Amino acid sequence: MTELATEQLTRTIDARGSFCPGPLMELIRGIRESAAGTILAVWSTDSGSRIDIPKWVEKAGHRLVAINTREGYDEIVVEKTH
Amino acid sequence: MDKILILGGGVGGTLTANLLMKRLRRRVKSGDVTITVVDQSGEHVYQPGFMYIAMGGERAAKLQRPERGLLDPRVSLVVGEVASVDETARMVHLADGERIAYDYLVLATGSRIVPGEIDHFTTEAYHFYSAEAATRLRSALDAFDGGRIVIGVAGMPYKCPPAPLEVAFLIEAELRDRGLRDRTEMHFCSPIGRAFTIESVSEMATPILADKGIELHTFFNVETIDPDRKAVQSLEGEELGYDLLILVPPHKGARFLIDSGLAPAPGGWLPTDRATLQVGGRPNVFALGDATDLPLSKAGSTAHFEAPVITERLVAAIEGRQVDHRKGDYLGKVMCFFEIGDGKGTLLQFDYEHPPKPPKPNQLWHLGKIVFNKTYWHTVPKGRV
Repeated sequence: MTELATEQLTRTIDARGSFCPGPLMELIRGIRESAAGTILAVWSTDSGSRIDIPKWVEKAGHRLVAINTREGYDEIVVEKTH
Repeated sequence: MDKILILGGGVGGTLTANLLMKRLRRRVKSGDVTITVVDQSGEHVYQPGFMYIAMGGERAAKLQRPERGLLDPRVSLVVGEVASVDETARMVHLADGERIAYDYLVLATGSRIVPGEIDHFTTEAYHFYSAEAATRLRSALDAFDGGRIVIGVAGMPYKCPPAPLEVAFLIEAELRDRGLRDRTEMHFCSPIGRAFTIESVSEMATPILADKGIELHTFFNVETIDPDRKAVQSLEGEELGYDLLILVPPHKGARFLIDSGLAPAPGGWLPTDRATLQVGGRPNVFALGDATDLPLSKAGSTAHFEAPVITERLVAAIEGRQVDHRKGDYLGKVMCFFEIGDGKGTLLQFDYEHPPKPPKPNQLWHLGKIVFNKTYWHTVPKGRV
C-alpha cells in the first residue's frame, strides 16, 4: 500500500474522537452514500480502526487502499468497488 | 435589531431558544433581539420513549406536549413546514408562503426515517422509530407465539446507536416471562465486528447475549429484504431467514437542507464544525443534534450538550465580544443510559478525548433512565439540567 495523492480522494470522513457510533460505522455510512469507484479516507483516533476497518472492507468486498499514520490519528483509505 | 431564527422544536431547538432567552432577556424585552422557533407540528415529542411503547407499556399520548408550553413566553413560535432557506436574502420560506427573515440561523431540524428507501421494508419489517411504528411492533409481539426473530440495522447513521441491542435484551426478557423463549430463536445483527461500537460495552454485552441465547452476527448491515423467502440479505453478502423482522430504518436529514444547498445529497447531513458548530464555515449559521454530520450519537443528549455552545456563540456575537471558549467550544460530550434488560442498565458518558467507562450494569442506572424519561419535560427543554 502506498501514499495516495490527495486529489484522488473523493471523500474524507473525520471520525476522530468518535466512540459512538465510531469510525467504522462512519465509514459504512460513507460507503452507503457513495457511488462505486469512490475513494474514501476515514480519520480515526481509535487504534482499533487499523484492525476492524480492514476486516470489514475485506468482508464487504471493497478495497483497502492505504493505512497512513498521521499526527495523532490514522488515515485509512478505502475504495468502494461495487 | 438582531433576529435569531431556530428551525426545529425538538430538544436542541427548544433548549437553545430557552437558554438564549435567559442570557438575552433584557435585549429581547427592549426589542433589540427577537428569538423565533419554527416547528412543523407545534408538538414536542420525546422520542426516546418510543422504544417503551413497544417494550414497556408507555402510551404515545404521554410522549408529546405542546411546544408552546415548553418555550419561554417571549420566544415566538411559528408552526409551519420549512420549504427553503435563501441565504443571500437571509430569509426562510415556509410551505404556506410565509417568509421569515433572520440574522442568525440555528438548524435543529433533526433526522427523519425513510423506511421506503429499502424495498419491502414497510410491509415486512417492524421498528420503533415513531409512535405508530412502535405500536405496530407491540401488536406484532403480542401476536408472536414463537419462531425466529431477527433484529438488525438497515441504514447508517441512525438515532441512538444502543437502541437495537437494548431492544434485543428487552424482547428476550419479555419472551422468557411469557414462556415463549424455548420456542424462539433470536438473532442480533451488528453492523460492525462486535456486538457494540464501544469496545468496553461490547465486552459487557457479548457474554450477556450468549447467556440469553441470542446469536450474534457481526458485519451484518441489512441491505435487502426478500418477502417471498422471508429472508434479509446483508451488504456483506450474507442472508438470514426470519418470522419476525425488527430493523432500524434508514435515516436522512431534512429535505429542504439539500434543496437549499446547505447539506449534500443523499444524506442531507449538515457539514458542521466539531467545535464551533458552525455550518460550512458560515459565521451566522449553526447546527446541532441529529441534523449535523458530526461523528457522534444521534441522540437528544448530543443536542443537550451542544445547545449551550451555540448559545454562547450567539450571545457573544450579539454583545460584540469574543467567544468565551470555555462555554463556546463543543468538546463532543454525550451521555446516555443503556438498558441491559432484567431491570438493569448502565451509563455511557464520553467526549472527543475521553472514551466511555460504563459502570457495571445495575438497577440504579435502569431506574435513572426511567426517572429521566418521566422528568424530562421539567428539566432538559427548560435548561434546568
